[in-house]
Formats: sequence, C-alpha cells, structure tokens
Amino acid sequence: MELVVDGVGHAYDGLAVLDGIELAVRDGEVLALIGPSGCGKSTLLGILGGMLQPTRGAVRLKGDPPAGTLNPFTYVFQDFALLPWRTVEGNVSLALEHHVLDAGERGAAVDEVLSLTGLSEFRSALPKQLSGGMRQRVGIARALAARPAVLLLDEPLSALDAQTRDLLLEDFERLWALRRVTAVYVTHNLDEALRLADRIVVLSRRPGRIREIVAVDVSRPQRGVATLAGLRDRLWRLIRDEAASADREIVAHEAA
Amino acid sequence: MKPPRAEAQSDADRKVPFRGGGFAPRITRGPAVIAFAVLIALWQAAVSWRIANPLFLPSPIEIGRALYALAASGELWLHIAASLRRIAIGWLLGTAGGLALGVAIGLFGLARSVGVPLVSALFPIPKIALLPLFILWFGIGEPSKVATIALGVFFPTAVAAFGAVDNVPRSLIRMAQSFGLPFADIVRKVVLPGALPGILSGFRISASIALILVVAAEMINAQYGIGALVLFSGNLMRTDQLLAGVVVLSALGLVIAFVLGRLERRLLRWR
Repeated sequence: MELVVDGVGHAYDGLAVLDGIELAVRDGEVLALIGPSGCGKSTLLGILGGMLQPTRGAVRLKGDPPAGTLNPFTYVFQDFALLPWRTVEGNVSLALEHHVLDAGERGAAVDEVLSLTGLSEFRSALPKQLSGGMRQRVGIARALAARPAVLLLDEPLSALDAQTRDLLLEDFERLWALRRVTAVYVTHNLDEALRLADRIVVLSRRPGRIREIVAVDVSRPQRGVATLAGLRDRLWRLIRDEAASADREIVAHEAA
Repeated sequence: MKPPRAEAQSDADRKVPFRGGGFAPRITRGPAVIAFAVLIALWQAAVSWRIANPLFLPSPIEIGRALYALAASGELWLHIAASLRRIAIGWLLGTAGGLALGVAIGLFGLARSVGVPLVSALFPIPKIALLPLFILWFGIGEPSKVATIALGVFFPTAVAAFGAVDNVPRSLIRMAQSFGLPFADIVRKVVLPGALPGILSGFRISASIALILVVAAEMINAQYGIGALVLFSGNLMRTDQLLAGVVVLSALGLVIAFVLGRLERRLLRWR
C-alpha cells in the first residue's frame, strides 16, 4: 500500500502554510518530515491521515491496507492525548472498543501491545501516575493496538527530556524491527530523523514546499554519529537558512 | 559600629535569607472551631447580660431548645422532608434540562446559535419574580414551587455544562476521531467524562440556588417546609423557632456540599 500526496496545498484563513506538495509514502518505509517552525509539517501530517481537509490537492491510497488493519491511519501525538480518567489499559483499549472484536480478542490485543511496549505491570495506572516517557509509550501502545497501515507520529518525543528521548528512540527502533509499519515521522530533531528514517523530506519555510528528499542509505544498526556526519551536515545546511529566515519572518509578523 | 572580627565573620558565614514561602493558605480545623466557639459564646453572653433583647435575638441556648422541641414533636422532620422533596424534584428536573441544553450548546452549532442568546437573556432574571406567574400557570400547590426551583437550577446548570464541554481539550476529541470512534462514542467516552469536573462544579452552585429558592417558594402558601416554618415563626414572634429554621437551612447547605464533595472525590479520582 502506498500513500500518494498529489499537489497538496493548505491555507489557514488565507495564510498559505503548504504549497504544491507531491510525495509518495512507500509501503514499509519510515519517512521523516523536517523543516523550520511553521513550515506546515504537522499540517501535512494532519492531511495525510484525513484529519485536515487540504485547500488544494488530495491524498490518495494506492492498494489496500494490510489484512487485519483496524485503523489505517493512526496517530501518535506530541502531547500524548491520553484520557486522564482511564487507566493505561483503558486508554489502549479505546482504540479497539468500537471494532467488532470479542472481549477475549480485545484483551489479547491489549495484552500484546502492553507487553511489546513494556507496560504490562502498569496496566492499572492512571496517566497522572506515569512519567512523560511512559505516557508516550501508552500512546504508542494505543496506536499499535489499532493495527495501523500507516503510523503518523507528530513530534512524539519533543515533550520529553533528552534521556527519555533516547530510551524511546531505542523502543521505536525495536518496534520497527518487530513490526515493519509504514510511518511518517514529524520532527524538529535532525538526529531523530537520521536515526529512524529511510527517507527524510526537507520542507522549506512557510508556505512549506518540498526542498529536497534525502535517502538515508545506511542500515539502522550501523547508524552512528560518525557514519551520518556528512548527511547531517547536508541536512543542516538545507534547513539552517530556512530556519533563520522563518525566525525573522515570525518576528516581523509579530511586530506588525 | 561592629567590631572588625564580627564583621569579617558575618561576611564569610552570612546565611542566604529565605524569601520564598507564603501565598499558599491552608485550612486547619482548630482556628475554625475556636472562631465558632468564641462567636457563639459572645452571642450567648450578649443575650444573658441583656445587651441584646432576647425577643429579637434569642440566645444560642434558646435556639437549641426550640430546635430540640421541634425535633421531639416531629414537626421539624415534616418541614425538612417537605423542603427536601421539593428540592429533589425541582433540582432533578432543572438539572436534567440544563444538562441536555448545555451539552447540546457545547456540541451543536444550531443549539449554540439559539441557546446562548436565550440563556444569556433569561439567566439574569431572578426566578422568584416568576413565582406569581407559575402560581397562575400551575396553581398554588406544589407544581409552582417545584417549577421555580427547576427554572432556577436550569440556567446555571446549562451554563456550567456548555462551559465544561467547551473546556474538554480538543486534542482528546481529535485523538478519538483519529481512532475512528463514532460521534456517540466520542460524546460518551471523551466529552462527558472530560466535562464532568465543570458539571459537578455547576451542581454546587445549582444546589445552593435550589436551597435559596425553596425557602422563598415555601413562604407562599405552604403548610410544611423550612421556608414556611421560618415565615410562621416570624409572624408569631417566635424568633427562637425562626432562627432554629435558619440553623437547619445552614445544616442542609453543609450536608448538600458534603455529599457533592464526596461525589466529586469519588468521580474525579483521576485528577
């Protein structure tokens, strides 16, 4: 199954944030979206999963979602979006409750993803009792329970501290090795993108256009600071000027 | 002038002064109990020493005796039962209607377009002013009293409910939509639980309003009820009974607040 972005543009109240996006998300790949603040990364992610109606263009699906998919386009949110009145188990099962599954099947699915994300012993905990990293694990477990065809991750680690980020990056790598889910990963962080992505889409400043698509042709186990230094420099050169210009535009806009 | 040695020592060892703290008032029971006891003692002393005329301000002991006599004769329970019945029916009707309208305003554009101006226009009307109209519509018996309470409860409940629905984080609703939950499931599993804290706060306000309105409504053609007791006692210059009725109202208010507090603690353990 492939997700094809066909001439997508978007504007909020006349302010263009995305323009002329042409892109294909290939089956089984992890595609990272990077770019300066306000370039429309999260907007594009919203459009990809059908949560936002693009002003122009469309997103098309080539092929069918894999058998057993419950929620083809499933998000992992920056702010976790957990229901604070539900336990870990309750939050994860939310993704399954409206699907035709018997109680045993649902319970088994919840058990499986809780075990996969290392949350089995915290199943009865409320979100307020968990650390930020654990909360995001619940968000990931909930997303996996929905058996997605495409996982859409909106800066999933940006609300976390550096150590927790590293731990969760390891979790992501492990999960992708276990379940080869197609994923689109929005991030500000070049290192996250380089560590996880098969391809990195660099967006220009607002209105976001595709500046370049960079393939990361290094297998994940061999990705280290040294092996990716050249690629990192290249990506940084691509977004540095855009980020600086975007900052100046934001200041000018606020002053006006 | 400080001796040189002391000055040198103070320069070296001076402790950084603590400048934080405060601005975090806490409730402790002791001062409240003492304040109440002092107030009642002063009151009792004022009446005993004839500083206050006991005909207009009976002493706490006299009020206690009147309360005991009312309870022993069984009259007090008839008054309390009548008031509680009116509050319960009026509050339930008003709350059900207010919740339905408030949630609808929170969820649907049409309900919001119609409901918000309507609620804004009708909310400020003192509901007791409508009691004579309700007497014309529903007769002088129970229905007019219950209708006054129901209407008084309806508007604050509606306002609290739509505010509470508005305050449910949109990110949670979008999350539920992204998982494909149907509208009814989103309302049941996300919107209503998320709005519950605001709705329960509204209950506290509406319960107080119900208590005020029941007393006012019972002052018109009611045989039983705390409002009727207070009115009859005033007419007979039985100020001890009158204030016994006021004490019962205060106790009822405290009991209602306690019950709602327990309900909040039970339903909002997740906060």
